[in-house]
Amino acid sequence: MWNFILRNIGQRLILLIIVSFVAHSFIHLAPGEPSEVDPMNPRMKPEDIAKIRAAFHLDDPLHVQYAYWIRDLASGELKSFKDSQPVLPKIWDRFLNSLPLFILATILVWTWAFPAGIYGAVFRGGVYDRGTVFLSYALISVPGFFLSYLAILWVVGWFGVPVISIKTFGLEHAEPAYKMMDRVWHLVIPSVMAAIGGIAVLSRYVRSQMLEVLSQDYVRTARAKGLDEDTVIYGHALGNALLPFVTMFGLLLPGLIGGSVIFEQIFAWPGLGRLAYEAILARDFPIIMTLNFIAAVLTLAGTLLSDILYAVVDPRIRLH
Amino acid sequence: MSVDSEAMAPPETPWQEFLRIFKKDYQALFGFWVLILLLVTAVAGKAFTEWWVLFDPEVVRLTDKFLPPFSVPSLDSLSVDRPFGGVYLMGTDELGRDVFARMFQGSFVSLSIGFVAVGISLGIGILLGGVAGFYGHVKLGFITIETLIMRFTDAMMCFPTFFLILTAVALLPPSIYTIMIIIGLFSWMGTARFVRAEFLSIREQDYVIAAKALGIPEVRIIFRHMVPNALAPVFVSATIGVASAILTESGLSFLGFGVPPPDATWGNILSDGKGFIFDAPWLFFIPGMAIFVVVLAFNLVGEGLREALNPKLRSR
Repeated sequence: MWNFILRNIGQRLILLIIVSFVAHSFIHLAPGEPSEVDPMNPRMKPEDIAKIRAAFHLDDPLHVQYAYWIRDLASGELKSFKDSQPVLPKIWDRFLNSLPLFILATILVWTWAFPAGIYGAVFRGGVYDRGTVFLSYALISVPGFFLSYLAILWVVGWFGVPVISIKTFGLEHAEPAYKMMDRVWHLVIPSVMAAIGGIAVLSRYVRSQMLEVLSQDYVRTARAKGLDEDTVIYGHALGNALLPFVTMFGLLLPGLIGGSVIFEQIFAWPGLGRLAYEAILARDFPIIMTLNFIAAVLTLAGTLLSDILYAVVDPRIRLH
Repeated sequence: MSVDSEAMAPPETPWQEFLRIFKKDYQALFGFWVLILLLVTAVAGKAFTEWWVLFDPEVVRLTDKFLPPFSVPSLDSLSVDRPFGGVYLMGTDELGRDVFARMFQGSFVSLSIGFVAVGISLGIGILLGGVAGFYGHVKLGFITIETLIMRFTDAMMCFPTFFLILTAVALLPPSIYTIMIIIGLFSWMGTARFVRAEFLSIREQDYVIAAKALGIPEVRIIFRHMVPNALAPVFVSATIGVASAILTESGLSFLGFGVPPPDATWGNILSDGKGFIFDAPWLFFIPGMAIFVVVLAFNLVGEGLREALNPKLRSR
């Protein structure tokens, strides 16, 4: 077991190094320099640009820049190009803002996808099954912002509550219960929108996994020996069908972070996604690189965790 | 057990079997006809808006701003600028351009973005996956080719794809080709992984071993014998890939990094229309519903293909 965990961590560390190379070189290979962000400014003289380039080590070769980046990142002294603020605290603040969205969206995905998929598989071909399968296709086929706009129109028109941003401005002296409800509304709508794609995708996986398990011999045996259908499905099939999804935990993370760029932009939510968008507009390389890197590291950590969990719950895995 | 070649012949060829199953799947069949219709529309759109200009998507008629669908041009507009048939089928936008003409032109642009992006991602995916699957055991110094390629693929999968695409598109000069290429360059990881898995299993099949024993050159074994057998799942992911490329393009348009004007795509018509959702709802709903229907059709066809091509799913 320890052997397995250590080997897994070792593989992840190697991946981590590749990830850091990719995160760094990717952005420097693309044309477009931070010093060119304001080319029309008449006060920007060539010597200023040279000064900027020297300050940000932009004239050094790529591997030297990489070394600078890693050194500053490790010592926590990496500074944003835009406002010279330290990058890590900046990202941390925004991350804390995004966290409720991520958590609620993840909870929604995992609590809705499983019942929907399992129920569809058990009553395969029924009205419910066909309905949910079609619905899940419909939901992944709508452009996210189109659906979000419709949701905003509907919620604002029907319930009369504002949903843009984290909270309504000017409610400082309102009653706590009212403030609370305000926050909840602001949180729920973007989370649901961010979760919809994940629910649709995951519920289809759950359904096909459950179908796979239901066609196994041991399910037939369980039925043959006269167990009632509930015991067969919930006692024998369900656990085995759910097992592989332990590994999905980490893999859903990149989608959530990548999707947050659009959803936080729609809902004016000052989180990681907006930070990324602002950094891209400002050619703020340290922020972009570090965000990419952190997203990848989170994913690596997520997959590592789920691989270990998987090995704990399913001893067959360690043999491979 | 008698070995009678007549009795052993399968009752239908794989292609007939595929057609029989696919035809029973009404959702996929519906999607298929929608896609045929779309293809015709796209080609006609290219023809009638660029080669033989019946519908000009670029004429600006400031006297005819924000006309709802099926409205007639105002008398002030110049007669040469009148839309074909004398009616705005889908209304006009904030510059008085004919939305129908723009949607017509956009159908070709949107579809070609999807196809080119998927072509690029399939090319890279099949190449890397195939090499990793077939030459995986070959050592380059101290690591095998397979380790090298697959670890790189794993590393790329860790990044949020949409964010990478957005960054690259934002840094590069804006153009429709940049968008196609970038979407393709960042979406090959899934293809590479399952092509490798297919190749690993096909490599051990009897017919490949037989081909090797006959001394057939490796290149011929790969392209004549192995690739066609690994293509079924590639088709499925290609179909779904076109759908997601169209969605990605609309997402990029929403963030302001879509195809630059004057080219119209459904994505940028939709994202321009979002500002007029109360005054001119048709500018928002027509492209939105068009994208929805087309992407849905691609997804349904992809799923139908998956069911019809996968013998394991079929038996259930």
